[in-house]
Amino acid sequence: MSKRESFFMKYIDEYRSEALAQKVIGELRRIVTRPWVLMEVCGGQTHTIVKYGIDHLLPNEVELVHGPGCPVCVTSLEMIDKAHAIARRPDVIFCSFGDMLRVPGSAVDLLVLKSRGADVRVVYSPIDSLKIARANPGKKIVFFAIGFETTAPGNAMAVWQARQQGIKNFSVLVSHVLVPPAIASILQSPLNRVQGFLGPGHVCTVMGYREYEPIAERFNVPIVITGFEPLDILEGVLMTVRQLEAGKAQVQNQYPRVVKREGNRVAQELVNKVFDVCDRKWRGVGSIPKSGYKLRYEFRDHDAERLFEVEEIDTQEPSICISGLVLKGVKKPHDCPAFGKECKPEHPLGATMVSAEGACAAYYAYGRHLDLENRLAARRGVSVTPNEQ
Amino acid sequence: MGKANFGGIVKQVCLEYTPEVNAGDYVLVHVGFALAKVDEEEAARTYQLLEEMAQLAELETPDV
Repeated sequence: MSKRESFFMKYIDEYRSEALAQKVIGELRRIVTRPWVLMEVCGGQTHTIVKYGIDHLLPNEVELVHGPGCPVCVTSLEMIDKAHAIARRPDVIFCSFGDMLRVPGSAVDLLVLKSRGADVRVVYSPIDSLKIARANPGKKIVFFAIGFETTAPGNAMAVWQARQQGIKNFSVLVSHVLVPPAIASILQSPLNRVQGFLGPGHVCTVMGYREYEPIAERFNVPIVITGFEPLDILEGVLMTVRQLEAGKAQVQNQYPRVVKREGNRVAQELVNKVFDVCDRKWRGVGSIPKSGYKLRYEFRDHDAERLFEVEEIDTQEPSICISGLVLKGVKKPHDCPAFGKECKPEHPLGATMVSAEGACAAYYAYGRHLDLENRLAARRGVSVTPNEQ
Repeated sequence: MGKANFGGIVKQVCLEYTPEVNAGDYVLVHVGFALAKVDEEEAARTYQLLEEMAQLAELETPDV
């Protein structure tokens, strides 16, 4: 790739055009007649929205609330404490995606355990932890397999390869979560205000979007599968508001350059071979039926929960943190009395302040904890098109 | 496995889930796995729709 080309990322930069964004916003202003509340499901979308200030650019009638789509944030405290108990063992090398390291458990986080001598390693891909297992036959390598459907094919492949290649010292602590049951749960909540959804583009890259069709119909809500660039988000909002204004409730695909209705069948096949659907507890939200994946029985030799007997753990959440309400879209980060004060990315009280995909962390990173005058001043100097390249 | 170029950074990625991919294609990668080939026609179509809408908006609301 030439130097010149490297400054322009095809399929990315054209979806950040300020001129086009202004036109989409103009069109939104033209068609909107009354207030609507939309939820973006995915943490990556939340990040784009806050980074580019999209929520502030929309007509006043359109409110965006942030959904539960940050995998690190919704991993239950019990599971995190379990991970800590396993990581503490001297015979274990504990592998995790980087954003899990700062997530507070009841007592500490993985980074603190690492500083106390635990062998905790950050990996980019679950496949990297398999390599660590091959290189350290005398150790037990445990990978913290968290994530939504997007991450399931990668984690499934690691387990599959471990079995195929007889890598016996490799296991996974599985805490996978699924989006459709979470959307249904939000819609059934008496506190729910959400009238339309920007669906998770990358989850649907794997799973397709057929399973969203019965939800749209049952709850009478439009669901628009949406991408992650600013123009994707704006078009997703426009498509959702168009449906709402017309009284429609359909599943539409804003992101067809990546998402197909059937999803990625090759990936689904392996995910189904390795994982089985189970009930799952979400941090801050509670237990949601059939909202997770667990390892199938055939893979029990790679199941860290089975291999490492972990005692019942007495979990403790900080009482001030409202991350549960933030994850359900009931509250926004700045509604929390601790936001930007006791709770900052350096000292997070809840998981939503840790991961880059967490709503609180995104609000903090882009200055939403500063006072309103400062924010307005900052906004006047900020354009839709980023200039950080 | 194959090599993917992320705007200048080259990494090995697993191509098991995208058997249709050829050298030079654009792919969506997550945790080291290519999950989809970016569909060039659909990408062009989405962008064209946005541009057409922009032109329409200009005609209808000259004061925006």
